Amino acid sequence: MTIQQLMRRIGVVLAMLALTFALAACGDDDEAAQPAQTSGEEKSAKLIQSNPDNTAQTVTIGSKNFTEQFILGEIYAQGLQAAGYKVKKQLNLGSELIAFRSVKRGDVDAYPEYTGTALTSFFDVKTDDIPKDEQQAYEQTKAGFAKDGLTALPPTPFTDANAVGMTKARASELGITKISDLAEKAGDLTLSGSPECRQRTDCKLGIERTYGFKFGKYLPVELASRHEVLKKKQADASIVFTTDGQIVAEDLVVLEDDKQLFPPYNVTLVVRDETVKAAGPDMPKVIAQVQEGLTTEVMQELNSRVDIDKEKPEDVAAAYLKESGYIE
Amino acid sequence: MTTTLAFLSEFADGIEFIFSSRESNTGGVQVGGSQLLDLLWEHLKLSGVAVVISCLVAVPLALWLGHIGRGELLATSVANVGRAVPTLAVIAFFIAYLGVGFTNVALALVLLAIPPILTNTYVAVRQVDREVVDAARGMGLSAVQVVRKVELPMALPGIFAGIRTSVVNVVATATIAPLGGVITLGDPIINSSVYGDAGRLGASIVVAVLAVGTELVFAGLQRAVTPRGLKLQSGDAPRRRPFAFPKRRIQTSP
Repeated sequence: MTIQQLMRRIGVVLAMLALTFALAACGDDDEAAQPAQTSGEEKSAKLIQSNPDNTAQTVTIGSKNFTEQFILGEIYAQGLQAAGYKVKKQLNLGSELIAFRSVKRGDVDAYPEYTGTALTSFFDVKTDDIPKDEQQAYEQTKAGFAKDGLTALPPTPFTDANAVGMTKARASELGITKISDLAEKAGDLTLSGSPECRQRTDCKLGIERTYGFKFGKYLPVELASRHEVLKKKQADASIVFTTDGQIVAEDLVVLEDDKQLFPPYNVTLVVRDETVKAAGPDMPKVIAQVQEGLTTEVMQELNSRVDIDKEKPEDVAAAYLKESGYIE
Repeated sequence: MTTTLAFLSEFADGIEFIFSSRESNTGGVQVGGSQLLDLLWEHLKLSGVAVVISCLVAVPLALWLGHIGRGELLATSVANVGRAVPTLAVIAFFIAYLGVGFTNVALALVLLAIPPILTNTYVAVRQVDREVVDAARGMGLSAVQVVRKVELPMALPGIFAGIRTSVVNVVATATIAPLGGVITLGDPIINSSVYGDAGRLGASIVVAVLAVGTELVFAGLQRAVTPRGLKLQSGDAPRRRPFAFPKRRIQTSP
């Protein structure tokens, strides 16, 4: 465990202690002012009820092979299990093309996919042509999947899109909060990102075209090093994903995309049509319920618990479901 | 049959990528054709720097070790360790601890290039006929003169064999440099989302040709630096031409 992680843990413990004292202090005089504390009644309303009709139905949940997908796969799997379904997991399908083939062939019944990824990788939409509106992007994705006998369930609140990240220190030093603020200084700045980002219209190429400035230097690195280059000051800005756990953990800021360049990447659970039919009404209801709380901030936190605190995706998903009152 | 044809058409697409540029798969830029020249230049620059540095380090060291006849364990261990460590791991190590950029990637490639040169040079010097070295000493040559006038020339074929192995290794491995901040010919291979399969295949062909080409050039160099005396010693070597078909004698008279 590094010093930073230790400090973070200590911080969390202190914050919890402080909260306990605060709650104890305000105590019984105003109980209504405690929105964080779910009352018993509310909790049981949120609790996923096990339905005996569902026990005959087996659902195989798949996922691609990175942190966020593991967590989502677990959240969906555990949610469905709570509703009484028999759930099998195949949470390591590799790239999107493999995952797509698996769900088409029926090796898995459902897996979470990003709207932007589906449009560009499966349905040959150029990155420039992806709708910037989240709902529109979802509708288009849904129509695409429908042709393959697949149903795309309504999307998550969070979007795991590209974003320009900087360390808080560097951003405030340069006085930057949104991407267009970079215009005057970009010539002296180094942008980092994956090798392919350099020539993609939803990445560096797009930023420079849409915002009308050029970065002084581009430093391609492998995807895993995208935060490290900021920490080591090898780059002033780096292309990160909006739900990266490192954003909270390493004090990064995401610059506001004020010209709406980056296409949305909300997650939709892609399910085989026959599974939707066989599973009945509980399945879409449970999925909608468990992902309701998955905002970008919550997803960052869940990702950071796995990537930085090295917790298991399984446990992180269970903790999320418990904290939200969906399971006991 | 159809799969063969499909493969051929992909192959043709890859070849076409090398010679003419096209819009990238994701749109917005022209890739292939003349754009590959920039990548090729960066590729050669990186490989060249790495090989030159590793020669400057390894050759003098191995010559000296070979001359004094010590450090056999070192020379062979370095080679074995060097071969056991995968290049990707070395590059990853450098990026993680030193950071990215031209210098760091070049250093990682130097580590890859040193072992074959070191070992080959060492062995080549040790294999110089001891009687020749003794004779040179007997004629009153100093240690430096022995190295310069006897051991080095006689070991040159071996030294170049090592360099040749390293160059081919480095040229082939420089394809992973785009992961460390240097945009080489590996760029189309790594980013198939931008360049498409044609780009991946086309760049692979270029790298393969480049590797085979450097192999041939250095094989020629190796032949050229071999002292004539050594060639004579090994029999008919000077008369044999590379890649020549045996001449068929035409009998003019019965």
